[in-house]
Formats: sequence, structure tokens, C-alpha cells
Amino acid sequence: MTRDGRLLRGGVLAAVLLGVLAPILLGLWETGRAAFGVVPAIGATEASLEPWRILGDLPGLGTSLRLTLVTGFGATILSLLVAIGAAAAFHARPRRASRVLTPFLAAPHAALAIGLAFLISPSGWIARLVSPWATGWDLPPDIATVHDPWGAALILGLMIKEVPFLLLVILAALGQIPVRRQLAAARALGYGRGLVWIKVILPQVYPLIRLPIFAVLAFSLSVVDMAILLGPSTPPTLAVAITRWTFDPDTRMLMPAAAAAGLLAALTAAGIGLWILSERALSRLGRWWLRRGARGLSAEPGLFIATASLYGLLVLGALSLVALALWSVTWRWSFPHARPESWSLATWSRHGAASAETGWTTLAIAVLATGAALALAIAWLEGEDRARRTRARWAELLVYVPLIVPQIAFLYGLNVAALRVGAPGELLAVAWAHMLFVFPYVMIALSDPWRRLDRRLVSTAAALGAGPTRRLLAVKLPMLLRPLMTAAAIGFAVSVAQYLPTLFIGAGRVATLTTEAVTLSSGADRRIAGLYGLLQALLPYLVYAMALAVPLWLYRDRRDLRGGGPA
Amino acid sequence: MSLDLVDLCVAPRGGAPLFPPLSTGVEPGIVTTVMGPSGIGKSTLLDAIGGHLVHAFECSGRVILDGRDVTGLPAESRQIGVLFQDALLFPHLSVGDNLAFGLSRDIHGRETRRRAVEDALRQAGLEGFHDRDPATLSGGQKARAALFRTLLADPKALLLDEPFSRLDPALRDDMRRFVFERVRERKVPALLVTHDPGDAEAAGGPVLTLTG
Repeated sequence: MTRDGRLLRGGVLAAVLLGVLAPILLGLWETGRAAFGVVPAIGATEASLEPWRILGDLPGLGTSLRLTLVTGFGATILSLLVAIGAAAAFHARPRRASRVLTPFLAAPHAALAIGLAFLISPSGWIARLVSPWATGWDLPPDIATVHDPWGAALILGLMIKEVPFLLLVILAALGQIPVRRQLAAARALGYGRGLVWIKVILPQVYPLIRLPIFAVLAFSLSVVDMAILLGPSTPPTLAVAITRWTFDPDTRMLMPAAAAAGLLAALTAAGIGLWILSERALSRLGRWWLRRGARGLSAEPGLFIATASLYGLLVLGALSLVALALWSVTWRWSFPHARPESWSLATWSRHGAASAETGWTTLAIAVLATGAALALAIAWLEGEDRARRTRARWAELLVYVPLIVPQIAFLYGLNVAALRVGAPGELLAVAWAHMLFVFPYVMIALSDPWRRLDRRLVSTAAALGAGPTRRLLAVKLPMLLRPLMTAAAIGFAVSVAQYLPTLFIGAGRVATLTTEAVTLSSGADRRIAGLYGLLQALLPYLVYAMALAVPLWLYRDRRDLRGGGPA
Repeated sequence: MSLDLVDLCVAPRGGAPLFPPLSTGVEPGIVTTVMGPSGIGKSTLLDAIGGHLVHAFECSGRVILDGRDVTGLPAESRQIGVLFQDALLFPHLSVGDNLAFGLSRDIHGRETRRRAVEDALRQAGLEGFHDRDPATLSGGQKARAALFRTLLADPKALLLDEPFSRLDPALRDDMRRFVFERVRERKVPALLVTHDPGDAEAAGGPVLTLTG
């Protein structure tokens, strides 16, 4: 190991610990202190159990807790089931699947949720399409299809985002298993496709997708923007309630909010613990089932339902985005008409300038966060190369920390800490907060292609006299251009989608398309909300298109890098 | 120029050595062949000599090049060229730029460097291929381009890791002759790793057999 390698690795470790881990720990610590009544910023210095007593007395706490658990676990379990079942249909065509799924990965949560509400609400597009001829409705019916008291709309919205994510993760993991041969071997023993999938393939894939599942669970339990847009509002889920209390004009609500944030963190930890226990139980049950040797086609309907559900979710997601576009150019569209009665660009011309300004802010934050995350990820991977080591297990976990600790639990504290040093409201501080969530995704997206790079190519460069810096700049990075661009596009989309970090660290002074879209969606004018939602979705799509086009153009005369190479 | 291995031994970190300590000297222009069953660590031996060993392995003994101990040096400072089974041309660079990547830094001036590259292309039978995408070359053309990329770096020794095994039998003979002629012509010591007795015979140098 060279000294240079040691220096680089030390630097990367310090940057990750100080830049990513320390803010999270500091945030959790501050949240914890506030939960026991210590918020020096508002002059509270005595530790007490008072915040918990106030929290316990708040109306609707029980309902909020129930909602959080039902929507969080519900969305995660249903998404996982659909993704596993659909993977059986898609495993032979991973490239096609990723082409179909990537747009849903790139679409920001808020944009999808706003569009979904336009689609499924009682006065939504679906109701309009079937009224009045099929339903007899001349006025929107009085049923709660959005903001329903059970959180079904929220679960649906979460699934549109989470199923594509989990499916892509599963397909990537399947690449490491000789699926086709095992499938053939087990089918020759008389097991139907569905049963082979459950009994043979799934037990091998599951360990590889555990961390992403925990990330999905943690996200679903603490999501705020989607829960505001689709979930019930009186009372809302716990995460939304915490956000409301935090921004309550009455600063005494800060402390019960902190207690609730702590409660949510504990809930998430307990949820993951419960999940791990269920894994054990299920694996025992599975082994017992496996040994009984039941064969046949009994699991086939399950695969069919999963695949159909996937298509259903994708269609809903796509129509949601179309609904945003439609509303942004609508002049008049009254109830049972299936399409706008008159069109207009008035919304664009009236709100274009303001939305462009917000768009630039969003872009600046996303570029800063993605740039920093990408630089850090490259430095990390290069450090591993220079040490000629593979990644340790603890380092793998370290990458996932920001995704598994619920956002709100440490953002709350980080907000309090930032108040003390006077940093909130700064664009840079917001970009940093975004980077905490962008970095893990960039790292995950880049790690596999980086490791798949033929090590002998790098050895060849070294044997030709190229030192480590030249190997990185002249060999590795150019060859990895496509995955680098893809990782950047993913990071960019993650940043654009962030709601809570902008809200908490921006302290209301930094507005992005996301925060604006969420705010505007509570207003009566669907046209403006549609405009902001559409812009929010367009920004990551533009960047994805660029990420595809740039390597294609640069390497138009380089066959091995144009397609089929590391992606 | 000569390459001397003194008690060279490679072991998985904290594990038993892959083969007994190896001592041998390779004279300039001679190709010494190392044979042995697959999995014995022949490629790992070459990695150790060239300085490409991964962290999971450790190496003891010394590698002496021209009387200079290079054991502690990083790969890029050893001046030991490597040819693998695959040509491993850099896919993002044109054929000419692949050669220019290899061309020694001691040759200065844009014109002079370009001439050196064109000259090498001619010797490789690749005249007019400067701007071609390496992916469009045939197997033999790729192999020759890779050889000249290595030679342009002015190596003081050559490591050949089964460089002929992926070539068609007909092409293999030509390529062997071509490579071994260049080795003699430039008077570099070369170490060839292979399981093909035909390679060893064509190399015409001493043969070492590794046993566990």
C-alpha cells in the first residue's frame, strides 16, 4: 500500500465521518436532548419528561401512530411482494426492465403524488373518464379516495415509487446467480416456475437485497411529502404531525415534536428488529415447506397477480405525470368532462418567471449536492483500489446509514443545531443536507460498475508506466463515463426529490420546486400545482436524457463503450 | 538487462505459500517458461513480479532487474511490461492513442512521438490504423497492437501471461514467432506462463515447473 493510498483513504474516511455521519449523529443527539426538554435556542435548559407528557396528551397521537405503522409496513410488504413476483417475469430481460422502470425511479415523490391525486381523487381524471355515462355522477362523489382515513392512497403512492426501486435492486442481485440453469434444473424436478422462484431463487437473492429493504421501510415510516399529499390529514401520519408541530408558531410545540421524532426513530429501529425476527421465522417455515417437497403450479396465480399489479402501478404512475402536464395547460376543465374544455398557456406565462427562479435554486442545490457526492464516491472507490482491498462489511453498512435512520429524527436536531450556529437558510447548508441522501445512492450506483472494470486493464496501464493519478484520470474515469453519468443522474433526481431537508435546513427561506409544489398543492388551483409538479419531474428527466446522450455522442466511434459495456 | 528472482514466494495473507520459493535468472533476449497445473498461482507469480498483487496476497523474496532491487517499487516504476490472454486495448482510445499511452515519456515533441507511434504501427502491420476504434480490429491485430504498446514503453523485462491461448491455432504460431523475435531483437528478458507445451517449445528457453 502506498502512502498516497493511505492519505486518500484517511481523507475519505474523515470526510464521510465528519461530513455524513457526524451531522446525523449530532442531529440525533440534539433531537434526543430536545425530547427531554433541552432546547437552548429557546432558553430551555432543564431536562424533564414534560415533552413526553405533552405528546401523550396531544389529540390523535394514537391514530397517527397506527397510520404510520399501517402505511409504512403496508407499503413495504406489498411493494416487496409485487417486486419479487414481477422479478420472475422480468429476470430474463433486465435491460428492458431497467429502461421501463428508470423513469419511475427518476420521478420525484411529490410530483407523482400530486399527479396521482389529480388522477384518483373523487373529482379526478379517472372519475371524469367514466362519468356520467357509467357512474351517473354529475358532481364529484362524496367518497374519500385521496386522504382516506386508512392511508390506502398513501400506500398506493409509495408503491409506485418503491416497486420499481426494489425490482431493479432484485434484478441487479439476480445477475450474480445462475438463474436460468437453476430454474431449468428445478423445473426438471417437477417444480412449477412460481415454486422454483420462491423455494430456490428467492432465498439466494434475499440476503443481497436486505439493506435496500430496510431503507424502503425506514423511508415509508417517515415520509412527509407524499403523506401530506395523499395521506389523511386529521390526524396525519406521525411524520407529518412532527413537521406541523415543529413549524407551529407556538415554539412550545418544539419539544413534543422532538419527543415524537425520537419515538419515530425508536419505532423504525423496532420495525427493522421485528423484520429481522420475521426473517428468521420465515426461513424456518420455508425450510420445513421445502423439505416436504410439494411440487406443481400452485404459485402461478401469485406471479400473475404480481406482474399485473406492477403494470397497474406503472400505468397509474405514467398517467399521473400526464395529468400534471394536462393541468398545466388547462384553462377550463369542469367536472364530468373527460378532457379540458379549453386550453391555455396562461399558467405558464403567469407563473413561468417565478417557477424558473425556483427551478434555478433547485438546480443549483442538486448540482452542488451531486457534485460533492460524486467526488466523495470516486475518492472512496479509488482509495479501495489503491489499497487493493475490497470493501469491509462495516463500510458497506456505513454507506446505508443515512438511508436507514429516519430523516425526520435527525433533521429535526440538525435544524436545532444549525439554529445555534446560525447556518439555516443558506443554500450551501441545504445542499449539504441533500448530499447526505444523495451520497448513498451515488455510491450504490457506482460501486458495481467500478468493481466490474477489468483489473487487468488497470494493471496494464501501470505496467506501461502510468502512475495512480494517470490511471484514474486517463483510464478508469473515461471508461466509466456511462456509469458515472448514470450515478450523477440518480443523485440529481434524489436531490430534486428531497422535501424535508430543504424544509428543515432551509428554515423556510430556501424554496425548491419540491417545497413549492407541496405548498401549492393544498391550494385550489390545480393548474399551478400541475405546473410546479411537472417542472419538478422534468428536471431529473432532462438530466437522465443527458446522462444517456453524452456517452453515446462522445463514444460514437467506440463500439465497446457504446452499449453492452459496464452500465 | 536481466531479470533475477531470489527466493520469490507468494502466499495468501496469513496462509500457506502457493509454491516453494523460486529462484531463477532470465538473461536478455531469453524467454523462460513457467509451467504448472492451473490454480497453482502462475498468474499470481507474474502479479508479484510486476507489482500488481492484490491486498489478499503477500509476497516474500526479491525481484532484481538489471541489478536493481525493484521489490518495493510500485508497478509503474518497475518498467516491467505485461501481456495478458486478452489484448486489453483501452476501449476509449483509438489504436494510435493506445500506443501513444504506452510510448515512453523519454521521447519528446509531438512530431517525434507521432512518428514513433506510426513507426510502431507499421512494424505491427497496422499501417493506417491510427484513428481506428480498437473494437473493430481482428484478434491478431489486437494482439500485435498490445505487444507494440508494451514495447513502446521501453520495458526492461516482459511478463507473458498465456498471451497466445485465446488465438486461433493458425494465428498462434505466427504470433508466437512474432513475439519471441521481438524479445530477441530488443534483448529483454521474458517470463512466459502457460499450460501449452507448444508455447514452451516455441519459446526455446529454459522451462520451470511449479508444483505445490
